[in-house]
Amino acid sequence: MIFPEIGHFALILAMMFAVALATLPMVGFYTRNRVLLTSAKPLTYVMTLLIWLSFFVLAVAFATDDFSVLYVSQHSNSLLPIWFKVSALWGGHEGSLLLWIAILSAWAAAVAYRSDSLPNATGPVVLAVLGIIATGFLLFILFTSSPFIRLLPDHPIDGADLNPLLQDVGLIIHPPMLYMGYVGFSVAFAFAIAALITGNLNASWARWARPWTNVSWAFLTLGITLGSWWAYYELGWGGWWFWDPVENASLMPWLAGTALIHSLAVTEKRGVFKSWTVLLAIFTFSLSLLGTFLVRSGVLTSVHAFAADPTRGVFILALLVIIIGGSLLLYAVRASQVRSVVSFGATGREAWLLINNILLTILTLTVLLGTLYPLVFDAFSLGKISVGAPYFNAVFGPISLLLIVFMGIAPLSKWHSTKGKWLVHIAIMPAILAIAFSALVFTFHVFDWYLWLSFSIALWLVFMVARDWFDKVSAARQSIWLRAKKLPRQYYGMLLAHFGVAVTLVGVIFVSMNSTETIVRMAPGDKVVVGNYAFELQGSIRIQGPNYVAEQAIINVYDGDKRVAQMKPEKRLYKARQQMMTEAALSPGFTRDLYISLGEKLSQEAWSVRIYIKSFVRWIWLGGLLMMAGGLLAAFDKRYRRKAGV
Amino acid sequence: MRKLLFGLPLMAFIALGIVFYQQLGKDTEYMPSALIGKQVPDFQLIDLSSNTVTTNEALPDTPYLMNFWATWCPSCSAEHAYLGELAEQGVNIVGIDYKDETEAAKKWLAERGNPYSMVLTDEMGHFGVDMGITGAPETFVISGDGVVLYRHQGVVNAEVWKTLKGYMQR
Repeated sequence: MIFPEIGHFALILAMMFAVALATLPMVGFYTRNRVLLTSAKPLTYVMTLLIWLSFFVLAVAFATDDFSVLYVSQHSNSLLPIWFKVSALWGGHEGSLLLWIAILSAWAAAVAYRSDSLPNATGPVVLAVLGIIATGFLLFILFTSSPFIRLLPDHPIDGADLNPLLQDVGLIIHPPMLYMGYVGFSVAFAFAIAALITGNLNASWARWARPWTNVSWAFLTLGITLGSWWAYYELGWGGWWFWDPVENASLMPWLAGTALIHSLAVTEKRGVFKSWTVLLAIFTFSLSLLGTFLVRSGVLTSVHAFAADPTRGVFILALLVIIIGGSLLLYAVRASQVRSVVSFGATGREAWLLINNILLTILTLTVLLGTLYPLVFDAFSLGKISVGAPYFNAVFGPISLLLIVFMGIAPLSKWHSTKGKWLVHIAIMPAILAIAFSALVFTFHVFDWYLWLSFSIALWLVFMVARDWFDKVSAARQSIWLRAKKLPRQYYGMLLAHFGVAVTLVGVIFVSMNSTETIVRMAPGDKVVVGNYAFELQGSIRIQGPNYVAEQAIINVYDGDKRVAQMKPEKRLYKARQQMMTEAALSPGFTRDLYISLGEKLSQEAWSVRIYIKSFVRWIWLGGLLMMAGGLLAAFDKRYRRKAGV
Repeated sequence: MRKLLFGLPLMAFIALGIVFYQQLGKDTEYMPSALIGKQVPDFQLIDLSSNTVTTNEALPDTPYLMNFWATWCPSCSAEHAYLGELAEQGVNIVGIDYKDETEAAKKWLAERGNPYSMVLTDEMGHFGVDMGITGAPETFVISGDGVVLYRHQGVVNAEVWKTLKGYMQR
């Protein structure tokens, strides 16, 4: 038995260390005191240890069913399987914040570990900036959202159970990955702020920040991909993206982060866009914070809605104003002093990446506008409105397609300037092939120019990626294999990520082009034909889960005479919360998913059944995984290791 | 001038911060529907009494109320009696049994009386999503040609009915 108070106490101590970390190295920087500067590293380590100790204590409370802890009693239950018990830790507001700060401290410790290779004061100042953020969040947890509050002496015998929607393997990994991503952007932010404070606004900060940004971006990509996949199979609607405010909250930092990755590359390699890149780093992390604020403060209603509490809202808003407002003020004062001589041709790679940045920023603002529009509208007393998927689809789609067209060109262009004629020469064949091949595919389908154009663009991107690689490996007399091996990981990371975008796009196109949805009444023995498949309800049985009872329908799926799958959708009743849940059955495939969810029971044996056939839906997430792999590969380029002296 | 340019992000953020501050603690519940002036979305729902799949075609062709309710919703039992009175006055009410269990719903109507001219079951809440509802009860006024005229969130009572009635007579 570990007392939960130990966790609480560790958190208070951690807060004190965070305050020290936020102040001492800064004082050291301005007074040129070496001792204070070098204190940053040990302070970071101790703060991280204390936060993780507190995290561990709470995890133990969950694992051992300590329902005297209010938070545990609200989110866990003795019948819950052990892995859900532990992951229930981040199933509610207080625990998610603890996870947030735990991940922030882990990033800070990682930066501290690698900080020796940074010149003079940069490392300590970066850590101090992270310390400021940690202080803010620790105060927030301690004053408004402590997960260690106890119900003594009368505590409940059993807990209220975790929301059944969240009892899923997706929940175990989705939030930590998402937080790894958007908390990770705090590192790029800290580097940018440190550059503003120390005045070292040359290209070097971009080089240090790049691998960190890439890793965070990879985690965020994975987190969003997992979230989309989870929504698809758990919510039972067969959709993969809903433009929900909470989803948008994670998409905005991703879009800004994507822009940041590219602009960091330009700043590092060419020394241009300096002040823009700094602003983008601030912008990206601000959006992460904004996401936290929107989700936690209750200013926006959402299907994800956690407990909304205005006191918490005011606190987070104050935090936001201090961190974002402070950094933008610093930016306004310092960045205006930077003057870089910008010179590059209209067709140089800088120009293409500038277009990339502009389009990504527009996309980010589009999502931001759509998410905040109802708020702003209401603030000016113009009434209440809601912005739905049609707005996002109408605006987001075309702009991203345009972005992908430029994605095809940019990697093939040269820094500074590229001959326009040469670009056309290179690009014309892939374009013709893409359009022709796409047209060929559409001869088998109802023609839709928008989907046709999208598919052409996806193919064009693939062909351009392939062309680029081929040109690079076949230029000299050396064997292709040897040249291919010599290309840097960073380059392969880029290829992989771009290829992933094409794969996702193909998935999105085919899902919207070739999906079927039907709702039918089925009694045992009934056979229904949907698309190329016949579905036969064999019957239904009662089954007993650890903390639920369920009725399970058994449906055989035939393709012609051959049985291709047996699917078992369920209707579950979770005991502790008396909540009904639909557990959809999936028969996944590379080119199509069969998806069945049970509606209501119509009679003793008959069900209303929803059957979906979704073409290429897996490709959406496969593309996400490829992007993530690309991001990681690029982050672990040998170049960074040598520079970092590991 | 240059300073001003670099200060722009800060100013934009301050403006946003003020908007947020005003919004804090405000009632985010009330939302008129984005569907007002538009047709009721297409649906395929199962009729509670006949167990058959029903579509928009079955909806009344005179003005009516569409009431989302559920047995699990305490406010729904509060408004149930008043809906009964309205039905007696000849108001046509279509009930949507929202995210509910069919058996429980049948039992509820048998015990408390049925004010509805028809009850459709939206067990998965899909239709509720299409109509943009955020919970039960919610009531829409819909014209004879299927256009959404008004949305009310929460319990319908004599006070609310004054407003609804106005829309129904348009």
